[in-house]
Amino acid sequence: MSNIVVFVEQEGGNLRQASLEALGAAHQAGATAVAVLCGDGAQAAAAKLTAQGVSAAICLDGPGTHSPDALSKALADIVQAQSASGFLAPATSRGRDLAPRVAAHLDCVLFSDVTGFAANGGGFEVTRPWLAGKAIATLTTSGAVLCATTRLNTFPIAGGGAAPTVTSQTLNDAGKARVTGVEAKGQAKLDVTEAPVVVSGGRGLKEPEGFQIIEDLAAAFGDAAVGASRAVVDLGWRPHSEQVGQTGKTVAPKLYIAVGISGAIQHLAGMRTSGTIVAINKDPEAPIFKVADYGIVGDAFEIVPALTAEIKAIKAKH
Amino acid sequence: MNIVACVKRVPNTEAVAEISADGKGLDAKNFQYIASFYDEIAVEQAVQTKEALGGEVIVLSLGSAAGSKEIRESMAKGADKAVLLVDEEWQSRDCRATAKALACQLSELKADVVFMGKVATDRDNGAVGPMAATFLGYACVTDVVALELTATGGTAKRETEAGIETVEFSLPAVITCNKGLNEPRYAGLKGIMAAKKKPLDEVQVEVIANQAQVVRASLPAPRKEGRILGEGVAAVPALIQALQTETTLL
Ligand SMILES: Cc1cc2nc3c(=O)[nH]c(=O)nc-3n(C[C@H](O)[C@H](O)[C@H](O)COP(=O)(O)OP(=O)(O)OC[C@H]3O[C@@H](n4cnc5c(N)ncnc54)[C@H](O)[C@@H]3O)c2cc1C
Ligand SMILES: Nc1ncnc2c1ncn2[C@@H]1O[C@H](COP(=O)(O)O)[C@@H](O)[C@H]1O
Repeated sequence: MSNIVVFVEQEGGNLRQASLEALGAAHQAGATAVAVLCGDGAQAAAAKLTAQGVSAAICLDGPGTHSPDALSKALADIVQAQSASGFLAPATSRGRDLAPRVAAHLDCVLFSDVTGFAANGGGFEVTRPWLAGKAIATLTTSGAVLCATTRLNTFPIAGGGAAPTVTSQTLNDAGKARVTGVEAKGQAKLDVTEAPVVVSGGRGLKEPEGFQIIEDLAAAFGDAAVGASRAVVDLGWRPHSEQVGQTGKTVAPKLYIAVGISGAIQHLAGMRTSGTIVAINKDPEAPIFKVADYGIVGDAFEIVPALTAEIKAIKAKH
Repeated sequence: MNIVACVKRVPNTEAVAEISADGKGLDAKNFQYIASFYDEIAVEQAVQTKEALGGEVIVLSLGSAAGSKEIRESMAKGADKAVLLVDEEWQSRDCRATAKALACQLSELKADVVFMGKVATDRDNGAVGPMAATFLGYACVTDVVALELTATGGTAKRETEAGIETVEFSLPAVITCNKGLNEPRYAGLKGIMAAKKKPLDEVQVEVIANQAQVVRASLPAPRKEGRILGEGVAAVPALIQALQTETTLL
């Protein structure tokens, strides 16, 4: 059976959902996964990998874990030491930063943000979007190792498997670039790429304060993130980190709710692979209704608070 | 200081995808081209770096001989000269082949700092910057939203899911630019006139073969026909019911 090295992100001993999905992609292709974790809490997180189809876990510590160049070199060395035929990382900001460097160290191409990963002959094949999802390509590589990052909210999480053997390594090379700090954003808010529900607002909300109804709806779901169209980001109403679309983030939540967003081609490119799409817009001709599973025509300032109240009531019953 | 901004020619964001006759690529015949969105931020950052620290800004592109329009635009905004690595197959090159071709030229240019886009809005790799840096042995910081640079190194802030991360690095380095790093300037008439006289070096290159092999390219399945549930607040119960029966979220 082929071996795939998977970069598994953890935070304070907790495995990140996106990493479990990357392990799920490896499992789905019938491969054995070797998980690599790093930072404080790596050992605790590795101990939680028992049910994810992972044969071995390697925990990295030392100054090199704070340097993307040193860490990516260590990952490439592990891929070679394991004679792995694949390397996967989740398409998180850390994964997207490391994976191209790992691929370069291995002299291999990288497939970014793949939405499909399967066995093909002795190797693997991937599917990934081109032109922000306006086309889809199925690809293989002639390189020795298939390197890819997996799109968030796309791969099922694998179950079963024995507990991995855990080993550790210390990276002493401090690297050429070093992360020296993180300024966390307020109250552990979910990022639009990670959240199972995204509630997005556009220019139809009229003013920055109009986003209160979006924030309230997101809060009613609990595990939702707030997204935005580029128009309102450019107006300075919302931060760029919330922008969905071709020049923002590509999201694929289980539920995407677009409020007061017209549905320009660049916006659709960033959200059209979402599970269920709901649109609320006062213009029945708005292009967003062409991709929406469910639409309500009318004034967001009346509809959204009513929806929020209903959802709160349902959640309160659970 | 040798400052380089990498600019890729890509189809504009209104482009409609059509699959080429061989079923393995995109039909380019109706494409209109622009400089990739984030590359405009890279050019602006390069010009601001020159204004602060001195040196020369060189625009580097691997692309079609017909792609000099985007390069002239960058020079109109303050870049001093340009190198165009002529490759008519640039659109279908994989990220490894592109990164190697650029890295080779960057080393020849003795680049101290290289600005690239966070991702090119055609194949959405988001890979060429960190790959080229790795081939060159340069430091690299990706998705940068704020930057302080000196003659020997710098501090960059990058956007992550958790918040804003601070990274210290030494030069030479590749910086990939995210939205928010700066506001690209417009080219003035004087700049446009001056750009016509700035040197644009066309270099013929042999790019290595792709490792990426396209099995097939296709258009995404259209989403199934949606339903307008109704108008105004009266339609909210129908939406709740649909979400309860068709998702596991409520
Ligand atoms: C190079 C390039 C890149 C781009 N990248 C992106 C990108 O990444 N993401 C992105 O989103 N856009 C992007 N755009 C911009 C895009 O083309 C649109 O301009 C933008 O998405 C429009 O934002 P909007 O829908 O909020 O605003 P509008 O188009 O102005 O739409 C507002 C909508 O709100 C509705 N409305 C008004 N009042 C109400 C009300 N009271 N209740 C309910 N509905 C109401 C209106 O009917 C309308 O449909 C890009 C454009 C370019 C050129
Ligand atoms: N053909 C090219 N010519 C010049 N720069 C390029 C080319 N391809 C990629 N780049 C640079 O690398 C960045 C990321 O591209 P990519 O990895 O393809 O998403 C772009 O924003 C450019 O700055």
